[in-house]
Amino acid sequence: MVQNFKIGKYLILRRITQIGILLLFTFKSTEFILFGNLSSSVLLNSIKLSDPFAYLQIFLASFTLNFEFFLSALVIFLLYAVFLGRAFCAWVCPVNLITNFAELIRRYLKPAKLTNFKANTRYFLLFSFLLASFLFSEPSFEKISHIAIITRGIIFMQSSAIFVGILIFLADLFLQRNLVCSHLCPLGAFYSLISRYSLLKITYNLDKCTKCAKCINICPEPQVLNLVTKYSGKVLNPECIKCARCVDVCDDDAINFNLINFVKGKK
Amino acid sequence: MRRKFLVSVAKLVAIFAGIFSFLYLKKDENVSSSKKRLTTSFYLRPPGVLNEKHFLSSCIRCGACVKACPYNTLKLASFNDNASNGTPIFYASKIPCYLCDTLPCIAKCPSDALSKDILKQGIKSVNIGRAIVDESSCVAHFGIQCDACYRACPFLDKAIYLEYKRNERTNKHAMLVPKVNYDYCVGCGMCERACITKIPAISVLPSDFILGQRNDNYVKGWVEGDDSILKDVNTNKKLDKNKAMDYLNGAEF
Ligand code: SF4
Ligand code: SF4
Ligand code: SF4
Ligand code: SF4
Repeated sequence: MVQNFKIGKYLILRRITQIGILLLFTFKSTEFILFGNLSSSVLLNSIKLSDPFAYLQIFLASFTLNFEFFLSALVIFLLYAVFLGRAFCAWVCPVNLITNFAELIRRYLKPAKLTNFKANTRYFLLFSFLLASFLFSEPSFEKISHIAIITRGIIFMQSSAIFVGILIFLADLFLQRNLVCSHLCPLGAFYSLISRYSLLKITYNLDKCTKCAKCINICPEPQVLNLVTKYSGKVLNPECIKCARCVDVCDDDAINFNLINFVKGKK
Repeated sequence: MRRKFLVSVAKLVAIFAGIFSFLYLKKDENVSSSKKRLTTSFYLRPPGVLNEKHFLSSCIRCGACVKACPYNTLKLASFNDNASNGTPIFYASKIPCYLCDTLPCIAKCPSDALSKDILKQGIKSVNIGRAIVDESSCVAHFGIQCDACYRACPFLDKAIYLEYKRNERTNKHAMLVPKVNYDYCVGCGMCERACITKIPAISVLPSDFILGQRNDNYVKGWVEGDDSILKDVNTNKKLDKNKAMDYLNGAEF
């Protein structure tokens, strides 16, 4: 009944980083490793990191440039733009835990699709939030961000996170598959926009592929796998969240991370 | 068939979970009616906030200030609070700001939301709010001796001082009543926390709620340097000759 839901090593690794980062933020005794939350933090008591999208909103809202603050956002920007691509969504964001769970239940229940949001809606929302930040002099997405509410809820034990978490879960379960993360989330859209030229990519090998389509089936952003069954190459579409579910479910070793292949010397 | 049944069961569970969590959220607010009065109508911002508008445009809602505070004074506003979601606030009657010498909340703030200038100028330049005394419930105004707020204040004898007053009722005792000097009070709320009455007779409100602004032309001649407020005043008189003519030639004459 449940097709190809397989727990693979990348899934386990992702859960470890996701939950690990949250735990490091939560406990007072680990503050020297990570201090703050996903909006802005200090790593190892020295390196300041900030969410570049939040920084952009603050810049538009206040039009002041705090150099240190700017640098802290730049570090994260470069980390994703140059190396990791949109990996934030799969490896850090706690909302991913909820939406993946909703997706799992969805595979059992197979409820009908109720809404029909397009994947481009998020870019429209991204732009609207930036405009609103400028107009109302307040980082407008940060004000209502479901990601921030869930993160704060976990780190600071706030009960409103339960409510918002349930709403996200229900939306993903009953309205549309991956509605929140793959269609609406402006932060996901932001990371998609900046990660076109990132180094980390998924590679696909047509010669090994047996065309079982398990990867397309499991992918939260299936449009990025348009090369599958057609030609070998890298998944260039920046909407790929590097969750490596496709790598996990592929029984034929046709899909992999380019860097890991590179290290193994396979090329 | 079985799947449809499962779907409807899941929907039911979901609806109940939704209602439950909503009620659970509501429960947070109704701690007690007296607390509710104080906690839902206004809030205080951490030290270092220049003004609400500037603060809202620069706070990234990271909670660094909240974590840095050794007294757990601050908390991040959630949807239950009036303040913009995710911004730091505190309620003086619960835990006041202890005005730590090093102001760790400001030091940890990554953005300009909490002004680093305050950090250099020290706690005297903090501007959270101003304390105000309700004389109808302050027992010192009844003639009973109480100086809890006076002693709690970090600017002892400056921000709160005790004023001698004749007790008109007994005609032979003196009353010592607390007065707040707004040149020194920074709004830390220590007095509010210390106040002995059921609901504090002295409470701190955000500065904007309390402070007025005098006109430029009222200069305290007896205070040295007070005329500095005239420095930037525009003294050019703009006389319009035509105005007088128009007046005389106007329809009313
Ligand atoms: S799309 Fe948004 S909510 Fe989903 S994982 Fe990415 S950042 Fe988090
Ligand atoms: S000055 Fe000290 S007590 Fe007051 S909010 Fe800052 S850290 Fe907390
Ligand atoms: S540390 Fe600064 S930016 Fe972070 S929540 Fe506090 S005031 Fe806002
Ligand atoms: S709020 Fe109260 S304790 Fe704090 S400075 Fe003002 S008068 Fe003193």
